[in-house]
Amino acid sequence: MANMTNHFELRCLSVPENVGLTRLAVAHMAAQAGFSLSELEEIKVAVSEAVSNAVIHGYPGRRDGWILVECQIADGDFLVAVEDWGVGIRDVELARQPAFSSDPERMGLGFVFMESFMHQVTVRSQLRRGTRVEMSRKPGRPEALTQDAQ
Amino acid sequence: MTIIHMLDGQRLVLALNGDLDLTTAKALTAALDELLGHYPLQQVVLDLGEVGFVDSSGLGVILGRYRRLHSAGRELSLVGVRPAVRTVLEVAGIPSIMPVVDARPQPPVTDSASG
Repeated sequence: MANMTNHFELRCLSVPENVGLTRLAVAHMAAQAGFSLSELEEIKVAVSEAVSNAVIHGYPGRRDGWILVECQIADGDFLVAVEDWGVGIRDVELARQPAFSSDPERMGLGFVFMESFMHQVTVRSQLRRGTRVEMSRKPGRPEALTQDAQ
Repeated sequence: MTIIHMLDGQRLVLALNGDLDLTTAKALTAALDELLGHYPLQQVVLDLGEVGFVDSSGLGVILGRYRRLHSAGRELSLVGVRPAVRTVLEVAGIPSIMPVVDARPQPPVTDSASG
């Protein structure tokens, strides 16, 4: 890839303990891209949501599914992809809608946070094949976010 | 994740320390529910002063406890909220549901990408 500054791929099992691991790894690379501390905190939330979705919804009841986290700095853009090979999403547009979940312990706001804290979010999913979420953000452009830190 | 509980008059103060995410949500829910059942005080305060990260899994724990308390006529408020956590709470609309009090300003630090 032209002008790529850095890139890593992290493959981990679908266990909750890996949510913190992946967001910290991504935050370390985001720091290289020149994001402020408040921007880094928001990126961490977006990554946490994407990986949590893979653990909870991609591999329900399983701790042996693989999750791939790809992260790169390219052409001044910061890109993160989270992919699983789990059950997939039947209706992606519906899944992206903000809603209070019927489960009182879940808020149904995972995609809302991803879209609020990243400039672009793309979701591709196939039933029984898996889901790939791609997110990007440029440093120092908080005005591009729908909602952002002060 | 650790929880320190304090009784302050008719208030139960629960001070959390750690990240509120999928990793901690289940154990935190069980621990909080046990404390809330053991101390049936009217006002419950969650002190988030030592909580540096909250995502929707963590918010689910807070909102679940709010619903439980609210249905029993009890009150829940959040105090010591750091700016990064405040941002997440606002996106989720939490301040319109329960009182949220910010952390006291910290000594100035350089806002650089240091990790």
